[in-house]
Amino acid sequence: MGWSRLHGLFAVYKPPGLNWKHLRDTVESQLLKGLNAEKRFTPQEHIRFLLAPTEENERKELTLIATNVPVLSEHPLVRGLNYTSVKVGVGHRLDVKSSGVLVLGVGRGNKLLTDIHNAHLTKDYTVRGLLGKATDDFTDEGRLIEKTTYDHITQEKLSRILAVIQGSHQKALVMHSNLNLKTQEAYEMAVKGLIRPMCKTPMLITGIRCLQFAPPEFLLEIQCMHETQQLLRRMVHEIGLELKSAAVCTQVRRTRDGVFTLEDALLRTQWDMHSIQKSIQKVAPRVEAELKKCQTVGPVQRGLVGQPAS
Amino acid sequence: MALPFSRYPMKIRNFIIITQIRNHFTRPRKTILHCLLALPQQSSGSFLHWRFKNYRTSSLWNSSQAPSSTGQDNISAQYTHPTSLNELLLKTEVTNFDSQISLEELDDLSPISPLQQISEEDALQIVAEPPLPPASFTLRDYVDRSKTLQKLVLLGVNLSKLEKRPGAGNLLLRLDFENDIQKILLFLKDIGVEDNQLGAFLTKNYIILNEDLENLRTRVAYLESKKFNKTDISRMIINAPYLLSFPVDRLDNRLGFFQKELGLNVQKTRDLVIRLPRLLTGSLEPVKENMKVYRLQLGFKHNEIQHMVTRIPKILTASKRKLTETFDYVHNVMHIPHHLIVKFPQVFNSKLLRVKERNSFLTYLGRAQYDPQKPNYISLDKLVSIPDEEFCKEIAKASLQDFEMFLKTL
Repeated sequence: MGWSRLHGLFAVYKPPGLNWKHLRDTVESQLLKGLNAEKRFTPQEHIRFLLAPTEENERKELTLIATNVPVLSEHPLVRGLNYTSVKVGVGHRLDVKSSGVLVLGVGRGNKLLTDIHNAHLTKDYTVRGLLGKATDDFTDEGRLIEKTTYDHITQEKLSRILAVIQGSHQKALVMHSNLNLKTQEAYEMAVKGLIRPMCKTPMLITGIRCLQFAPPEFLLEIQCMHETQQLLRRMVHEIGLELKSAAVCTQVRRTRDGVFTLEDALLRTQWDMHSIQKSIQKVAPRVEAELKKCQTVGPVQRGLVGQPAS
Repeated sequence: MALPFSRYPMKIRNFIIITQIRNHFTRPRKTILHCLLALPQQSSGSFLHWRFKNYRTSSLWNSSQAPSSTGQDNISAQYTHPTSLNELLLKTEVTNFDSQISLEELDDLSPISPLQQISEEDALQIVAEPPLPPASFTLRDYVDRSKTLQKLVLLGVNLSKLEKRPGAGNLLLRLDFENDIQKILLFLKDIGVEDNQLGAFLTKNYIILNEDLENLRTRVAYLESKKFNKTDISRMIINAPYLLSFPVDRLDNRLGFFQKELGLNVQKTRDLVIRLPRLLTGSLEPVKENMKVYRLQLGFKHNEIQHMVTRIPKILTASKRKLTETFDYVHNVMHIPHHLIVKFPQVFNSKLLRVKERNSFLTYLGRAQYDPQKPNYISLDKLVSIPDEEFCKEIAKASLQDFEMFLKTL
C-alpha cells in the first residue's frame, strides 16, 4: 500500500560536498527501511495429517489427525525482507561541490524523469563569485593561477557585461529553437516567452542578473538550460576576465529545476518514506500539468520548423 | 521370527525386502550389504545375524506356507532360490562387512515399482507432498520439514540472512537440534546470554553450533583468568558474537596488542575491551592505521590519544578518511586547538555534514564561539551530540524553521 503511493517525482536539497550517487543510495536505503517496516507478519497455517499417538494394543491402530501447523516458510525470518531494492533515479545532476534542488524519481516515476528531460525546462541558479584571483578549476579551492586587483570594478560595469551575455545567448536561443520568427505563431510564443530549443544544444542562458554586489564578492542569479555546474563556474571566470580582473566561483546553488522549487526540496533530515510520499503526492499534479503543456507546445513548434528559413 | 522383524521402521523393512528380491539373481552379495548399511546404526550388530536367519527360514517356509506378516508374504511368494546359496552368502558377507560403501551407490538402486503391493499401514504413512529439492538456493524449501530449522526460526534466528553465507545452509541442515544445538544453547545461557538475544547471536555467529563444547569452556575460562567478571563476559559475548570462536592464543595475542599499542595498564585495557569488544574480533590493521593517523597526521600526543581512546573507544575503528576530514574541518575551519578536541573526542564519531551545517548556522548568527575562556562558550560535545530541535532552542536560540531555511541556502 505504501509502495503504490510512492511512484513519482520529488526533490531533495543536496548539501555541498555530497556526491549525488551517495545521496541516491541514502534515499534508497531510507525508502527500503520505511517499506520493510510497514508490513507486519500475519501467521498462516496449513493443515497437516499427523499420526495420532497409538495405544499399545495387540494390533496397532494408525489414525491420522488433521492439525493446523504454522507455515514457517512464510515467516519473515525465513523469507527475508519484502523489499530488497527500490529504483531511485536522478534527474539533472549536481556535481559534488554544488548544492541545491535535485530531482529524484521512484519506481514508475523514473519514466517521468525522461519526459522531464525531453521537455527541456529551464533551471535557476544562484552563483557566488569572488573577484581578485583565478584558479585552475574555477573554484576557490583550486590551485591559484593569478591574483588581480578589483578596485576598478563597479556594479554598472558588471551589469553591462551581464547584459551582453544575455543578449548573445538570446540570439543563440532563437537559432537553436529552429523557429521562423517571421510567422505569427512564433511571434506569439516569443511574446509569451515560450520559445526554447527542443533538442540538445550548448549551454543557453535565458536570464542573468546581479543580486548583490559587494566587492570582492558578488552574487548572480542565472536562468539557464543544458548547463553543467562546471560551465557556470567557467562563466564566472570569464566574467572576471571581461571585467579586466579575475574571479573564482565560491558557490553554485540550484534554486529551481523545472517545476521543483526550493520549497519542495526535502532536507537531509526529511529523507524518510513518509515525507517522500507526501512530497510526491503534492508535486504530482504540477508535474503532470507541465508535461501536458510541453506536449501541446511540442507539435506546434515542430510544425513551424518545416524548412529552416533560407 | 516375525515379531522382532516388525520392530524396524516400516519403510526400511519394505525397502530391504524389495531390493533384495529384485537384485538377488543379478548381484546378490552387494545389494544385501547395501541395504543393511542403509539402516540406522543402532541395529547394525545384532540385526545382521537374525536378518540372515530370517532370510534363510523364510526361504525354507516357501514350501510350508508359514509366514503371516504381509512383508514376508511378499518374499515367500516370489522367492524360489535354493537354500544352499543363502548359506554360502552368509559366510562371505559377514567377513567383509566392514568395507565402507558410499551413499552414492545407494542412489543407484532402482526405485520401488509402482505395481508393488504395500500394506495399509505403509499406505497411511505415505505423504503426498512434493519431494524435497536435492539442491536449493534457499532454506525456505526445507524449513517446513526440518525440525532443527523450525526450532531455530522460533528462537529468532534470521535464516534469510544465514542462507546467504557460504556453507551455512548445509551446516544447519545437517545439525540435529537435540544432539548438537541444545548443548550449545544451554552453554550460552549459562554464560549469561538472554533468551531473546540468542536468535540475534546465532544469526551473527552460526559457526558456534559446530564448535566443540570443551573449546568454548576453555575460552570462557581464559577470559575469567584475565579477571573479567561474569557480567562483563556475557556483555562482551553478546556485543561481539565471534569472541568465542577465537582460539585462546589468538585472544591472548589480541589483548596483548591493545595493551602494547596503546600503552595502557591492565585495568584500562580491560575496560576498553569491555566497552568495545568488537576490537578483539575485528581486524587489527585499521586500528594500527588509525593510531598512525592520530599520531603522525593529526599530531596528537601519545597521552592525548590514550585519553581519547579510553573516553570513546569507537574512534579506533572509524574510517581514516572520515577522521582526517573531520579533523580538518574542526581544526582548520572552526579553529579549535588540539587540547580542546582531546576533551571532546565524540566529534570524531559524529557526522561531518552535521558539524558543518551547525557551525555555519552559528557563524551566520554570530554565535560560533568555541573558546571556553570567553562568554557564550559552546562546547563541541553539545554542538555535535544533541538533536536538531534542542540545538536550535538551546544553542542557536532560533526556531527550527529558521534553521531549515538556512540549510537551504548552503
